[in-house]
Amino acid sequence: MKILVALKRVVDYNVRIQVKPDGSGVAVEGAKMSINPFDEIALEEALRLKEADKAEEVIVVSIGPEAAQQQLRTGLAMGADRAILVQSDEAVSPLHAARILHTLVQAEQPGLVLLGKQAIDDDSNQTGQMLAALWGRPQATFASKVALEGETATVTREVDAGLETIAVDLPAVITSDLRLNEPRFVKLPDIMKAKRKPLDIRPLEELGVTPPPACQIVRWRAPEPRQAGHKVETVDELLTALKERGVL
Amino acid sequence: MSEREQMQFQTLIVGAGPAGLACAIRLKQLDPEQEICVIEKAAVPGGHTLSGAVIEPGPLDALLPHWREQYPGICVPAQRDEFRLLNARGSRKLPLPPGMKNHGNFIVSLGNLVAWMAEQAEALGVELFPGFPGSEVLFDESGQRVTGVRIGDMGLNADGSPGPNYTEGMDLLAETTIFAEGCRGHLGKQLIRHFRLDADSQPQTYGIGMKELWQLPEQRLEAGHILHTIGWPLPGDTYGGSFVYALDDNRLAIGFVVGLDYADPCLEPFELFQQFKHHPEIRPLLEGGEILSTGARALVEGGWQSLPRMDMPGALLIGDDAGTLNVPKIKGTHMAMQSGMLAAEHLHEQQQTTGYHQRFLASAAGKELHRVRNIRPGFHKGLWPGMANAALETLLGGRTPWTLHNHADHEQLHPLAGQPCNTQHPARSLPPRDRLASVYFAATEHEESQPVHLKVADTELCINQCREQYANPCTRFCPAGVYEMVEDEQGLRLQINAANCVHCKTCDIKDPYQNIHWTAPEGGSGPNYQNL
Ligand SMILES: Cc1cc2nc3c(=O)[nH]c(=O)nc-3n(C[C@H](O)[C@H](O)[C@H](O)COP(=O)(O)OP(=O)(O)OC[C@H]3O[C@@H](n4cnc5c(N)ncnc54)[C@H](O)[C@@H]3O)c2cc1C
Ligand code: SF4
Repeated sequence: MKILVALKRVVDYNVRIQVKPDGSGVAVEGAKMSINPFDEIALEEALRLKEADKAEEVIVVSIGPEAAQQQLRTGLAMGADRAILVQSDEAVSPLHAARILHTLVQAEQPGLVLLGKQAIDDDSNQTGQMLAALWGRPQATFASKVALEGETATVTREVDAGLETIAVDLPAVITSDLRLNEPRFVKLPDIMKAKRKPLDIRPLEELGVTPPPACQIVRWRAPEPRQAGHKVETVDELLTALKERGVL
Repeated sequence: MSEREQMQFQTLIVGAGPAGLACAIRLKQLDPEQEICVIEKAAVPGGHTLSGAVIEPGPLDALLPHWREQYPGICVPAQRDEFRLLNARGSRKLPLPPGMKNHGNFIVSLGNLVAWMAEQAEALGVELFPGFPGSEVLFDESGQRVTGVRIGDMGLNADGSPGPNYTEGMDLLAETTIFAEGCRGHLGKQLIRHFRLDADSQPQTYGIGMKELWQLPEQRLEAGHILHTIGWPLPGDTYGGSFVYALDDNRLAIGFVVGLDYADPCLEPFELFQQFKHHPEIRPLLEGGEILSTGARALVEGGWQSLPRMDMPGALLIGDDAGTLNVPKIKGTHMAMQSGMLAAEHLHEQQQTTGYHQRFLASAAGKELHRVRNIRPGFHKGLWPGMANAALETLLGGRTPWTLHNHADHEQLHPLAGQPCNTQHPARSLPPRDRLASVYFAATEHEESQPVHLKVADTELCINQCREQYANPCTRFCPAGVYEMVEDEQGLRLQINAANCVHCKTCDIKDPYQNIHWTAPEGGSGPNYQNL
């Protein structure tokens, strides 16, 4: 079985996001870029499945600019077998991404597609679900545990009420939640080996995917800065402060 | 412990700064077949780089002539130089010292430049590994030859035991290892001690530099304007000053340097920087603006007479790891690059490390350092004697028949004069409020479960002797507020907030007992500087 894992290049979670002064977007110049952390967890799960002989091949896919090769190389260094970059300098919407992934799924015929539950830049949480719908296959989202047995995946999902365990027929789409696993550290020799693994670059235009009507971003704005906290010494002071703010 | 995994290279370079990368690129240009490995502790090249930076382009022109057309980062041609002496209310214009004439130079973000140089190096086939700090020097059995570097382990628990994702650091072996860790490299420090590289040189001296990048309202700045100030709010006996560089897109780089040979244990470099920003001529520039990023980094100031021997069996020390910065110019980038290129040329021609030190001293860069050797130490006696001496040295082009001495910074603190430190500072309105608020803009990150990377040898010293003599100066000189004295059920103790560390190395330098040792944390930890 093949596993296809989608990796998105995003601004690293440690970077303080800066909105451009004219509100036209986020300033990424000089910012550290990384694999979306949920996608990294998805890849780790795929690699563990392969190491447990549940899969033969792990393919990592990214849709993004030329520089997204870096994230794919990291994926290859972690242990993926080959990579595909669908090159596009424009950001794609979740539906567009799902259509592109669907095209690749049709070509590669994986038994499982693993991806993060959402990307930390736009927080859409849609691509996995849309891909499952386009593909006409089951989906198991917010996975915190995955077990494969024959043609079935048993997936524990993190839902509001607690943990829900479901079984889905393969092929299927699984999206990962934070607690699914803790991704491995890459090793230096593996980074060198990864440079020689195949990375196939395909311009988006050549895939023949119809872009959905674009949703237009009107303006970006940073959240209002939080006011400094205020320490009170006594209960009386606290009560007065609360009354002043009209809370009491 | 089991045998560690090993990898062998012809040349191993520790640190992807201007020195290390210039060396790697030059080596590949001279011998494309050579296997060169560069390791860097930051997760991405440039992520730990903080500099002014007005750079002299000469070495870059020689190394990568296409940079002028292709370099995409922040790069503004220098337009107008200004040098002012501040007092609390106003300022006076001073004549420009020759080292501060910047016609033909460029204001860059060194972080951007290093990231671009890293790409150029990789394109030439250099194996570059960001996120991998060198944690130990490896020697041969005799202990007399460097054989490589051990990379730090990943995934250790706080107590040093292996965690669930533990990955042992490998041993990287090389015919020649080049240490290019920048100012106060922790492996460089070990080598200087091991081989007594400083036996014939004077103690190295340092300064701490803090910097903020601001986004300002339209039309306030004249791109390319370069302002340096001395004087207020520094005490007369303390060396230092500010740099204020106008970039493009209404961005301003503003920073402050304090010589770490300061004597007053109560001095707070961070507070001085913040006070400076509130000077009546500076504050209007910043008001209504917004901070984009901040950080701090020590810089070497010892110059020619403090250069340790730069070659040893199996290894070289280059750039600011040795201390090649030109202090009167406050420029080290062109010097670091030259020392790196020269190292490459030396190794290529001689196939050995011996002779590099002499070769550096005889080079254009070495001569540049020699000419200005007496300027910085002239300031030991205060600002005015320092200025007079600088004028004389400049007039004579460094041909004075003497060389002034340097003294170790950690020995310069005077004990408290009976009084506790005054912690009341004049009110400030511009951000950041305090050091913690400032660290936020450095986006620094250390996995909290790892062992503390700041090793304090004797914590009893902190609560007794150091507290009585100096009132724990680490709680004031650290620009990130890492050190705190706290009193709780267990009594008084030193608390180390290691996660906030921005890797500036000041504590390793200035602690009066040399009780603090900076070591490399888990790979990729540390600040995530953007455009600094
Ligand atoms: C506030 C300030 C202002 C300055 N202004 C100017 C200016 O205007 N013009 C100018 O020319 N110069 C300026 N300088 C000086 C200039 O930045 C330095 O001289 C120059 O960066 C030195 O280059 P380097 O390669 O020797 O070291 P660095 O630039 O410090 O590079 C060393 C690299 O090694 C890495 N490293 C360190 N230890 C390890 C390890 N153990 N393992 C792996 N990697 C490691 C570091 O992360 C870093 O990337 C300024 C410096 C400061 C602090
Ligand atoms: S702990 Fe030391 S190295 Fe880290 S920020 Fe503070 S002074 Fe600098």
